[in-house]
Amino acid sequence: MSLSPISDSDLHAFVDGELSEGRHAEIAAWLAEHPEDASRVDAYREQKQGLRLLFAPVLDEPLPDRLRALAEPPPSAQPAPRPAVRSRWSLQRIAASLAIGLLGGAAGWLAHDHYRPPMIAAYSSPLPHQAAIAHVVFSPDVKRPVEITAEHEDQLVTWLSKRLGTPIRPPRLGALGYELIGGRLLPGSSGPVAQFMYHDASGQRLTLYVSTENTTNRDTAFRFAREGPVNVFYWIDGQFGYALSAGISKNELARIATAVYDQFQK
Amino acid sequence: MDSRAILAELPRLRRYARALVGSREAADDLVQDTLERAWLRISHWQPGSDLRAWLLAIMHNLRIDQIRRPTLAVTPIDEEALEFPVRATQTDRIELGELEGALSCLPEEQRAVLLLVALEDMSYAEIAATLNIPAGTVMSRLARGRERLRRILDARSKPAQLRVVR
Repeated sequence: MSLSPISDSDLHAFVDGELSEGRHAEIAAWLAEHPEDASRVDAYREQKQGLRLLFAPVLDEPLPDRLRALAEPPPSAQPAPRPAVRSRWSLQRIAASLAIGLLGGAAGWLAHDHYRPPMIAAYSSPLPHQAAIAHVVFSPDVKRPVEITAEHEDQLVTWLSKRLGTPIRPPRLGALGYELIGGRLLPGSSGPVAQFMYHDASGQRLTLYVSTENTTNRDTAFRFAREGPVNVFYWIDGQFGYALSAGISKNELARIATAVYDQFQK
Repeated sequence: MDSRAILAELPRLRRYARALVGSREAADDLVQDTLERAWLRISHWQPGSDLRAWLLAIMHNLRIDQIRRPTLAVTPIDEEALEFPVRATQTDRIELGELEGALSCLPEEQRAVLLLVALEDMSYAEIAATLNIPAGTVMSRLARGRERLRRILDARSKPAQLRVVR
């Protein structure tokens, strides 16, 4: 009854209104006599309608400020600043300007397309990956997220300092809304590392991973890595490698990383 | 590119990203990265062309970069409770929760095509241009994705019917 054979593609094109009027009518006539194909077409239509219903509520959500702000051209959409060596950069300024991928120069996160090689180099450090794994393993644990809780912070500090062979103390992040839950000892690449865990009032957890394994003796600026849904800021300071991990936005994590950095500088 | 035009596209970009990657936080990160890259590439934008298609193409390229990177497949455990507090729960025959679960079982390349058809009402030719793939590939991903969704949903609905009978 039809001029050309009916293919699978015809059925999809029929559902999506991609056919000429004549072909559409041919398929409709075919379906009237082929209930199995007709039920497949119905199923595809249902899927299409279901997907619209499923995700329609997203259209009505208020826009997050961070996205609303990006409807305007960012300052860095102007020609990228020429890389220049700055002897002393301010971390607050880096965080505040969201120049997150800043690698000891003026290559901002917003210019990361132009500076891909350093980002890839940064990613190859095992520190953020190890920290993200530790975050993913322990932070969802409701009952036993830490080995020693904040109630016994003195013991935690004594124990971790002894095991890491250097004084180590969890930073205070109460001013940023994060309270210490506690900490634990973990195996690193060549020895022990420490993990401190914090949470905010909504239960959002973040972990600070502190390693003393750095031997290259090269300090770094803040670097950013993303491991699936986990964002990680990390930096190296002398023998210490620090990595702050959480499933929160880069901006918020940058703010906390700045505070952590400041406290360890004291 | 005018800011109001971008602002007008944001809800749809967020919806597509949410459907594609699943979690709210990861989806908004993807939209944010897309906008950042769009401003960097603003000189490539041709005034008068389809802004949404241009942004979706940028998002798609970013997503390819992300998928190539090693990542950990995890979902923050507190997130599901926050998703979609108000929504319809089913079409005439499909349980939407099951549809969402089935959708997440598809390979992302199939999911992307299904979503561009269903949510963005794009033609097959527009999808081919946005994803930078041949039209035949659009069709085969669409066909495989839809068939797989149908099988998953069929398999899930049958045991439920048995329980009703008992």
